[in-house]
Amino acid sequence: MDFSNFLVMRQEIGVIALFVILLIYDIFAAETKAMRYFRPLACILTGAATLLGFLFPGHEAEAFGGMYVTTPVTMLMKNILMLGTFTVFLQAGEWLRKGDVLIREGEFYTITLSTLLGMFLMISAGNFMLLYIGIETASLPAACLAAYNKYKEKSAEAGAKYVLMATLASGVMMFGLSYLYGATGSMYFDDMVPALAVQPMTVLGFVFFFSGLAFKISLVPFHFWAPDVYEGSPTATTAYLSVVSKGAACFVLLITLHHVFGAMTDIWYPMMWVISVLTIIVGNLFAIRQKDIKRFFAYSSVSQAGYIMLGVMQDSPAGLTATIYYVLVYLFSNMAAFGVITAVENATYRTDIAAFDGLSKSNPRLALMMMIALFSLGGIPPLAGFFSKFFIFASAAEAGDYVLVFIALINTVVSLYYYLLIVKAMYINQAADDAVGRIRTDRYNMTSLILCTAGTLITGIASCVYGYIGSVGF
Amino acid sequence: MNILSLFVVIPLLVMLLLFVSSDRRYVRTVVTTGFSAVLLLAGALVVMFLRERSVSDEAMLFVKDTVWYPALNIHYTVGVDGISVAMIALSAVIAFTGIFSSWNMERNYFLWYSMLAIGVFGFFISIDMFAMFMFYEIALIPMFLLIGVWGTGPKEFAAMKLTLMLMAGSAFLLTGILAIYFTSGATTMNILEIARNGIPLGKQYWIFPITFVGFGVLGALFPFHTWSPDGHASAPTAVSMLHAGVLMKLGGYGCFRVAIFLMPQAAEELSWIFLILTGISVVYGALGAIAQTDLKYINAYSSVSHCGLVLFAILMLNRTAMTGAVLQMLSHGLMTALFFSLIGVIYGRTHTRDIREMGGLMKVMPFAAVCYVIAGFASLGLPGLSGFVAETTIFVGSFQHADLLRRILTIAAASSIVITAVYILRAVGKFLYGPVQNPAHLQLTDAAWYEKLSAVALIICIATIGLWPSGVSTLISDSLAPILEQLNLL
Repeated sequence: MDFSNFLVMRQEIGVIALFVILLIYDIFAAETKAMRYFRPLACILTGAATLLGFLFPGHEAEAFGGMYVTTPVTMLMKNILMLGTFTVFLQAGEWLRKGDVLIREGEFYTITLSTLLGMFLMISAGNFMLLYIGIETASLPAACLAAYNKYKEKSAEAGAKYVLMATLASGVMMFGLSYLYGATGSMYFDDMVPALAVQPMTVLGFVFFFSGLAFKISLVPFHFWAPDVYEGSPTATTAYLSVVSKGAACFVLLITLHHVFGAMTDIWYPMMWVISVLTIIVGNLFAIRQKDIKRFFAYSSVSQAGYIMLGVMQDSPAGLTATIYYVLVYLFSNMAAFGVITAVENATYRTDIAAFDGLSKSNPRLALMMMIALFSLGGIPPLAGFFSKFFIFASAAEAGDYVLVFIALINTVVSLYYYLLIVKAMYINQAADDAVGRIRTDRYNMTSLILCTAGTLITGIASCVYGYIGSVGF
Repeated sequence: MNILSLFVVIPLLVMLLLFVSSDRRYVRTVVTTGFSAVLLLAGALVVMFLRERSVSDEAMLFVKDTVWYPALNIHYTVGVDGISVAMIALSAVIAFTGIFSSWNMERNYFLWYSMLAIGVFGFFISIDMFAMFMFYEIALIPMFLLIGVWGTGPKEFAAMKLTLMLMAGSAFLLTGILAIYFTSGATTMNILEIARNGIPLGKQYWIFPITFVGFGVLGALFPFHTWSPDGHASAPTAVSMLHAGVLMKLGGYGCFRVAIFLMPQAAEELSWIFLILTGISVVYGALGAIAQTDLKYINAYSSVSHCGLVLFAILMLNRTAMTGAVLQMLSHGLMTALFFSLIGVIYGRTHTRDIREMGGLMKVMPFAAVCYVIAGFASLGLPGLSGFVAETTIFVGSFQHADLLRRILTIAAASSIVITAVYILRAVGKFLYGPVQNPAHLQLTDAAWYEKLSAVALIICIATIGLWPSGVSTLISDSLAPILEQLNLL
């Protein structure tokens, strides 16, 4: 038997190994003093895996007869997701040491890793069956993560909502896949491409398949679960869902749209056009009225997904690079914001926006990092968010779609308004009398904040990051 | 390092140094040193530019091209012509005097102030559209915090309105810039190369209006000027100075450098629409100023009027009017900065800006009052001061057009001079002369040394331009050639 097949899957194997190590350690160390080392171990191993992933880019290969495909691009995507997971782990620890979740501290890491494995399989799938299994592997444990604070009503509700919506979405997707299988006679991407003609059955199949993914990306009109789940879930889960889970689904859409459904561009381009515009507008308009910071970020991430779609739609090198770059920058900016939210929440047990009033006076550093993150999300130079938005718009403009660019640009003004509302709360509003003083966040969270803020500051100005992504792509 | 990049690097260094400590003496030392260095550098640049210009006939001098994003042909390219040099000098003067007008401010204020300066200088030195746009936005965002945190009155509303309106302008602008780049087929975003390539006429018809409006929002183009009165009235002194004095010029400069230079045919054919709009800006701004009683609102509406005149002159598309436009940018920048600095002096002592609640301040604070009168005279176009040369040149240039519409508009715009005289003299008569309205005002002190320094420096510049306008026109004469060539007027 040839084991080289397995080496091709080294990122998945890495995640499985991490999963197994942490699981076994958790079993044997549970409720002993050794549990103290669990968190450093988990963070260091994940960090090391991320670093190794970036240091050793792979080459194009496939395994299991084309079931599993890996290219430098997919490996880069997985590395980015791994980086996101790493920052989630850094931020989660403080919350996991509190209250009733303490006895289940280890489970959070292992469950998260198992969803990550599912996402890796989604990205590397060369066959819709594997893609479906990947999506299921990623969805079900994510519901556990959402319901992690099980004694809190909202968290339990979030878990239930997520699992119901996820199963519905994957059911719809499965249904669509059955049509596609019926029309082409194969589940392998490469075999389907020549057989995929534009006919009602394939179009219907595509639409159903797309709906399933759109749920994961929370595109309008499949976004209704996002605010409730984001609000109810523990903050670490919210961060994970809004960055890693969303990023993975965007990557899958990027791959399948152009790779498999390339022949149907005329069908899906107008469809995606409308959906991305709606996503941006709905996300923006609803974000304005939110009082809870996590709901706020739910809608903000809905609109961000709409911007990502601008790049996903473009069948050009610029579109591909811009999309991956956007996800990376979004990861840095959003995770930095969630790091601050985590710190504030752990200190005050509040997640309403009013908790941020006067933060610049009591915690100037946290406020500054939050502001940098928000400005980056709003696309203000010289932060990375400006560059990522510019490249996404440039890729759409290259295709001549100026109307779409203009609508999206006008919407950045709306999004800037609500990001500025948070900045206003932190810098202009006066703190309430019962506001906490100096917040002491732990070293891990600080590491993640510094990492993400540095990423937000540097990724744009240093053009080598974009150059690196571009070079991997081609 | 290229001398031009220093204009960005020095404020950046100031920003970084300000992070070190928030001790007031330290902060003052850092910002004064930093912006004095910028001022000296600007002086050196003018001298070097004139020397270099006499031996070179390149369109842009001191060009330095650094590839930034090779995949997208984005470069960081700096270069200046006479107009940019004039604008850089103006910005340096105002940024320098602004420090003294906000002498008692804290560290964080100067942090954002320096960032504003980075954006302004970066915009004027760039000749790559991407870098230009980036610096443009860098200049916009610190305004939110500067007004929102340190402003007065309805500051949160004003800050939000200003930021969002200007950002909406930049949404138009970015669409325009992307369209310019992709339709010209150029291999870089360098404006000189795009100008050589040209943009297909059919596309110009829609790209020109959105680009012009994009920059026009910042240049107080009617009906997109409404951010200006609210924003300037609520902003702290030095921010009003820098914003009205320099930032609004970004709009005029951008219209000139990007919209008209790159799309001359559309500019010629569509200029009548924008001439009407800017004509309205000029007259409406002046009339608006008459109705106001708040000193800052008077001056903000007057800025709308004067900046409207800049765009008006640019759109006349001939050498004389364009020279006038540049003179007007300099003149308005200096005198509005002087106005706002003096309003800061007065407001800081009387705690009111309503002219009905003040009177006889000439007796109480003679220095500030005399300076205000000088600024007023510059504004209403008294010969010997900068406003006169600028406005005369503009109207002479505008009247050279033989067609009826432009003549009518010129006459209408010229009426703003009279209206300006009305609101300036009315305000001066009301709150500087006459009896002292409020007995408490008798105890007030005159301007402090740092405020005097700021005012004197600006008055010197205003008088220099007024008495020696040919110096400025020598500086900028060559830079109009490329644009006139585009317009087939040479």
